[in-house]
Amino acid sequence: MSLTIPPHKLQLNEHGQLKHFLTTENLSTEILTEILDTAESFSSVGQQAVKKVPLLRGKTVVNLFFEASTRTRTTFELAAKRLSADVLNINISASATSKGESLMDMLWNLEAMDSDMFIVRHQDSGAPHFIASQVCPHVAIINAGDGRHAHPTQAMLDMYTIRKHKGDFRNLKVAIIGDITHSRVARSQVHALNGLQVGEVRVIGPKTLIPHDMEHLGAKVFYNMEQGLKDVDVVIMLRLQKERMNSALLPSEHEFYRLYGLTTEKLAFAKPDAIVMHPGPINRGVEIETAVADGPQSVILKQVNYGISVRMAVLSMAMSGQSTEITTSESINGEHGA
Amino acid sequence: MTLPTVDSLINNMSSDLQNLLDQRAINQPAMVGIHTGGAWVAKALHQQLALDQALGLLDITFYRDDFTQKGLHPSVKTSDLPFATDGQHIILVDDAISSGRTIRAALNELFDYGRPASVILVTLIDVLGRDLPIQPDIIGEQLDLAPQQRVKLNGPDNMHLTITHVN
Amino acid sequence: MKFTPSSPNLQSIKITGGRVIDPQSQRDEIADIYIVDGFIQHIISKHSEPNNENSADTVNIHTDITINAENKLVIPGAVDLCARLREPGQEYKGTIHSETQAAAAGGVTHLCCPPDTNPVIDSPAVAALIQERAHQSGYAHVLPIGAITRGLEGSQLSEMHALQEAGCIGVAQLRNAIKDNRVLLRCLEYAATFNLTVFFQSVDLSLQGDGIVHESFTSTRLGLPGIPRSAETVALARDLLLVEQTGVTAHFGQLSCARSIEQIAAAQQRGLPVTADVAVHQLLFNDETIDGFNSQYHVNPPFRSEIDRKALIDAIKSGVVTAITSDHQPHEIAAKSAPFSATEAGISGIETFLPMSFGLVRDGILSEQEWVACIATTPANIIKIDAGKIAESAMANLSIFDPSAQWQLTSSTLRSEGKNSPLLGKTMNGRTCATIHNGRLVFQLS
Repeated sequence: MSLTIPPHKLQLNEHGQLKHFLTTENLSTEILTEILDTAESFSSVGQQAVKKVPLLRGKTVVNLFFEASTRTRTTFELAAKRLSADVLNINISASATSKGESLMDMLWNLEAMDSDMFIVRHQDSGAPHFIASQVCPHVAIINAGDGRHAHPTQAMLDMYTIRKHKGDFRNLKVAIIGDITHSRVARSQVHALNGLQVGEVRVIGPKTLIPHDMEHLGAKVFYNMEQGLKDVDVVIMLRLQKERMNSALLPSEHEFYRLYGLTTEKLAFAKPDAIVMHPGPINRGVEIETAVADGPQSVILKQVNYGISVRMAVLSMAMSGQSTEITTSESINGEHGA
Repeated sequence: MTLPTVDSLINNMSSDLQNLLDQRAINQPAMVGIHTGGAWVAKALHQQLALDQALGLLDITFYRDDFTQKGLHPSVKTSDLPFATDGQHIILVDDAISSGRTIRAALNELFDYGRPASVILVTLIDVLGRDLPIQPDIIGEQLDLAPQQRVKLNGPDNMHLTITHVN
Repeated sequence: MKFTPSSPNLQSIKITGGRVIDPQSQRDEIADIYIVDGFIQHIISKHSEPNNENSADTVNIHTDITINAENKLVIPGAVDLCARLREPGQEYKGTIHSETQAAAAGGVTHLCCPPDTNPVIDSPAVAALIQERAHQSGYAHVLPIGAITRGLEGSQLSEMHALQEAGCIGVAQLRNAIKDNRVLLRCLEYAATFNLTVFFQSVDLSLQGDGIVHESFTSTRLGLPGIPRSAETVALARDLLLVEQTGVTAHFGQLSCARSIEQIAAAQQRGLPVTADVAVHQLLFNDETIDGFNSQYHVNPPFRSEIDRKALIDAIKSGVVTAITSDHQPHEIAAKSAPFSATEAGISGIETFLPMSFGLVRDGILSEQEWVACIATTPANIIKIDAGKIAESAMANLSIFDPSAQWQLTSSTLRSEGKNSPLLGKTMNGRTCATIHNGRLVFQLS
């Protein structure tokens, strides 16, 4: 039965290519690398006078955001438009679709309008998987963040950033710092890093913000920055939500910053050429010092730019995987089909 | 069928191309090869003509018209045009032309980078069977192939042609 | 079969050649059973002497119906300590009629209905209404459990004595745990006054928090908020201490953790008269089943680790836990068609109750006698009713179970309104072939 197929299997077609993009978990090194390579080739589109390629011309892509996020939505919109797709933006308040039925009704309506792709952001873990498996199996579903489960395109743009600056993953040590428990980005990063055969993944934070059995997920747990940052090549800071203070997970922003905030002094524990990343938006003085965020080791602003090519790659690969036939002709006058 | 050697074809093409450039009074042309085979041929021509402008490379994958049928090609390369295309005379090079669809895609992509002054089309092989009204200005050799036959350029070192059969 | 459940005329039924199992009398033999006027009139062993006065030849009773039970088990009707009927209040999920019909198809003749109906069973009128409707439908005995606090709100005592008089076999707060320990203490003292059994489903709501699945590697992977074991064990420790203090009769339902079993065992060793049950699906599934966000595995308490699952099975084998329930919770389709955390918890399980629990016999963990004790005899003793047995001159409440039948569970084979089962599409081993309730054939497999 389709509903028992886990996301990492559901997102591949019979040839093992992406047809949805739901999670970075259990993706092969080859597919992860293919995403990064494809993103690389899309990077030149931004330099064209006409910043568009006709790959998704005539396709309808719907940005379906059940959770507000202007930044993520904008990069997806730009990515889809650079692929020449028609883009529809729909923001839905969670309350309007709290019942399963109304959510399904709305999705079926959109599907009936011949939509080809949904880019879904939802506060519930597994929502994109639910849509792909039970509601609209013939629409390509791209996960733009679901609950605490996954944010695979953000993780892939982080991988792209790391590869740009550090090259080969195999000898790298990467530390992810902050609120791991509530972070879908962190989970997707850990899966992607392990899929790309990174040397070592670490998470650093207080026990209240590290989820159960994190080691099993493929990350070493540290509670102390000095130990956790030692010999690290890549430092990824996570955003700290203000509401964590109210739910007794942390005493104060001040104490968090003192223990886990990335300051110039703490960054010195890492390798001298370590890069600093942050999925944004940054809370300066809460998780990261301004001097570090804007300093020479920071690649935070570059991440934003890379986001568009990575999303173009994912959108075009998933759309391509929806059509089952594959190119086999390698001969030059196989331009018969070009 | 005996196939010509690629080196001899390139020598002929290079002198034909030089004549055409002289005839049209084009001084500073830029050359662009279409990935993959076209880029090899372009590199050879570029050397022979000793052009000043660096060689450009086009990957037309994102401009293909059969994306919905065939999907994304697994090995996409970056297009790289190391010069401004606006007002530039451009020599577009591919290894073969048949239906003309690749050249259509390449022209579309080229124009997304800017508005060239002119485009000269050079192909090593011309296989009959055009779907589109596109003709090369310079060709190395015209081949009349049976429907099941495909010509393939092997390279990049010791470039040579082979005929393969498809079912 | 043309059966009108509410028809007053009683049938006489002969069940031949079945293997009759009755834990109370330790009976396990091939025998014929004669049912007349609602009662079991004769049980005639096939091994008795041919000229014995009670032998089949000498019993000359005309019977309307004869059921061949060869190669099948004839067992007391199951007594289910926890089954939601959804009426009154949530008839779109199920009705007393539909769910007792499902119970009959599952071999259940007696079931306890928890008080979280709408309105809540906190008044004699609601308790009476439910029993009346069940009686009209005529498929099974429905024994209401009253609310221990008014509206299940956890602050004021309900009229427990009136509820008892109206037929409630016990009182419960369910999973709307009482936060104020002093209120809970008073509730237990008051219930103890009338010797009412208190049904606990121990949970600490603050530790449960926004949790939805077992806190484990799986919850971390799927990004679903976890419910730690302590949500059950901390509350159970409190509940047991207050039970000890008040001397109330207590039953702990639907336990999910190994540590809970240890606490129950320790209390029993201290001499506390506490009993416990587990929901049948807790014996089959662990937390890994929710991979793939399959909402059919969304239950509360959540499926826990394999270690916990094995501990629950061991507890049944060792006798710390003496009853198994269906924890039947029918839902409409929409309740399960949403992203996992937006779905409702529960399994429509009353029709798979017997085949699922019979797995323990197939796996050699329980004998047939012990299995029947867990699903019928002991639960009947826990709620102090005269049921769960097959004996001459007892009311005829029994079912015929084919242990070797193989069948596929589909939404159309389910009589329940709730088609929410993780077993849909799966092959089931063992099947109820017929059920007799108060001497009438209320279910027979066509």
